[in-house]
Amino acid sequence: MSHHTLTVLVENKSGVLARVSGLFSRRGYNIESLAVAPTDDERFSRITIVVDAETAPIEQITKQLFKLISVVKISELEPSAAVERELLLATVRADPQTRSQVIELVGVFEGKIIDVGSDALTVMLAGQPTKLDDFEDLLRPFGITDIQRTGRVALPRLERNTPRLRSVKGKVG
Amino acid sequence: MKLTGAQALIKSLEMEGVDVMFGLPGGCILPAYDPLLDSTIRHILVRHEQGAGHMAEGYAHVTGRPGVAMVTSGPAATNLVTPLCDAYMDSIPVVAITGQVPRAAIGTDAFQECDTVGITRPVTKHNELVMDPDDIPRIIREAFHIATTGRPGPVLVDVPKDVLTSEMDWYWPDAVDLPGYRPTLKGHPRMIKEAAALIAASRRPVIYAGGGILKARAAEALRALADLTGIPVVTTLMARGAFPDSHPLCLGMPGMHGNFTAVTAMQHADLLIALGTRFDDRVTGRVGTFAPDAKVIHVDVDPAELGKVRRPDVPIVGDCRQVIEELVAAVRDAGAQADRTEWIATLRRWQAEYPLEYETADEGGPLKPQMVIEALRDACPPDTILASGVGQHQMWASQYWRFDHPYTWVNSGGLGTMGFAVPAAIGAKVGRPDRTVWAVDGDGCFQMTAQELATASSERIPVKIAILNNAYLGMVRQWQEMFYDERYSEVYLSPDLPDYVKWAEAMGCVALRVESPEEVAPAIEKANQVDDRPVVVEFRTDSSEKVFPMVPAGASNDDVITAPGVTPARDLPHGTRA
Repeated sequence: MSHHTLTVLVENKSGVLARVSGLFSRRGYNIESLAVAPTDDERFSRITIVVDAETAPIEQITKQLFKLISVVKISELEPSAAVERELLLATVRADPQTRSQVIELVGVFEGKIIDVGSDALTVMLAGQPTKLDDFEDLLRPFGITDIQRTGRVALPRLERNTPRLRSVKGKVG
Repeated sequence: MKLTGAQALIKSLEMEGVDVMFGLPGGCILPAYDPLLDSTIRHILVRHEQGAGHMAEGYAHVTGRPGVAMVTSGPAATNLVTPLCDAYMDSIPVVAITGQVPRAAIGTDAFQECDTVGITRPVTKHNELVMDPDDIPRIIREAFHIATTGRPGPVLVDVPKDVLTSEMDWYWPDAVDLPGYRPTLKGHPRMIKEAAALIAASRRPVIYAGGGILKARAAEALRALADLTGIPVVTTLMARGAFPDSHPLCLGMPGMHGNFTAVTAMQHADLLIALGTRFDDRVTGRVGTFAPDAKVIHVDVDPAELGKVRRPDVPIVGDCRQVIEELVAAVRDAGAQADRTEWIATLRRWQAEYPLEYETADEGGPLKPQMVIEALRDACPPDTILASGVGQHQMWASQYWRFDHPYTWVNSGGLGTMGFAVPAAIGAKVGRPDRTVWAVDGDGCFQMTAQELATASSERIPVKIAILNNAYLGMVRQWQEMFYDERYSEVYLSPDLPDYVKWAEAMGCVALRVESPEEVAPAIEKANQVDDRPVVVEFRTDSSEKVFPMVPAGASNDDVITAPGVTPARDLPHGTRA
């Protein structure tokens, strides 16, 4: 399924996330994942939104987002021109018979074991979303009792001599 | 200087040049009503908060200045939601102030608490909850700036009661600092040049003028463009008056109930010059078949409108007046215009063949609503302000009135808010006391907000209301007749219940009832002479009368029905007219 990643710089004020998510629901756009974090400038936060490009043209979504007074800047990251990462935490059943297989799987994926119980392990993996999907699939037969994923964050791929961000036209005409 | 938040609020409104506001006090906004006693601002006490919102809209419609409404928390704020949404849809600058429960009580389900900012977020251009009295001047300044610039719209400021009672050090910000809000006003020079070239080469162009012309104060610029190029102009429901109906190039209103020539000219055009308009479904009909041969130049201050419905060939983000003025200069440079004699001749032929018309009343039969509007039009000064509600009467008013001046038409276009007319007319009269203000209202609409006539009487605001009483929710009745096999479901209201004359008199108005054609002119004459109180004239009109032309919902504009069973546009081949 085609998706677009938008990184949206917003004013760091209460209610801004509600404005952004409310706009998506009101106009019928689907959010695939969403992550919010402060930036190095405390006046602003960055929202990374992955949108399902089939629900609406990305141009219309960005233009509508731009109309929010609290939205300062929007950059659209082409999937091929961005590095994307996501974090997964999962608690997996791991009794003495299966424990070594789970540990081996975590090792293969270069994940980490971050908590150990008598018959369960909590594991962590950061990586590309598709890699996390694979990891999740392979963990499932052991029995996942809890799983959390963060939603992806993204930055443009570093390319020399070309503009790094494709600025979305809107307020600048 | 130490001020309370309430004093700072009122002083901020004064600093913004507010001369009048519409409102109704209550628990949480109480502190703000005390300094109001010492203020130069006139406050008009409404009977329902929805009335305050529509009055603010009516005021803004005719003055171009932001209308201000102030109400309390909870139910008062929710009563304001409809006018806020109305103002949002029609891009009307409104600033709403609502009281909120004290900061410590927020989120506790306190008495008359509601999440005003959350509820109004999707129906305002912006809103803010003030959590610090020091922020009041800045937030009010920003609210007026946001409401009146770019694409205008409603802004709501929610103020907790204890913020109003706390003290702050007064200041007035020199400028607004909104890093995420910088509307583009100047058109892109290359796009303007491209537009001018398209215009010069077009053989069947139409200027599609929308409400943005009025918002941008661009009526004169539009006229200059039309006069320079000789291109005919259609004015949408929101743009009636933006280009004079009496101008030879004016084709009138397009859309679902537009006249045949305006609708069909767009269908056959090779170029649409869309100015401050948003390709609303009521104008385009089925989008896929709308103006199929036309290239589109689309000018709007809101970039999101460009390409939202129809992809423009030349998109221009900018203020309509600035862009049109730039366009006029570019068109002059572009050289000779293509020959459009045949196009203009075709339009003239259509106008002659398919004028707006209705069957006159039978001897002794009920009044024709169109005739009432024509009589009203002919008896009023040409700069009369006309407000309307929503439904058949609104369409007849937009069709049969003659709009020769901008800012003379006050109606609810996008949201279609029944009950808009009475309070909007009151707000308009407050804004332009020098003008005659009439509202054409339906009997269904009138019953929704008529209580504001008590406001008008007590405040001595002499508006005039013409009720076209056809005893039905007429537009719904029309659809049931045409599309539901005449199965009339819940549309009958009765002509006598309520008794409109008694009701109006009870609210301090002069009231008249008109049942026969010969009474129409004298009643209007009498109403026009009253200038110290509101007047209500109830016209008993023909309930079977329908609005034509009509493009059925979801149909193509080629299927415009000019009279029952008549769809002349289908027989006209596209793209062969020049």
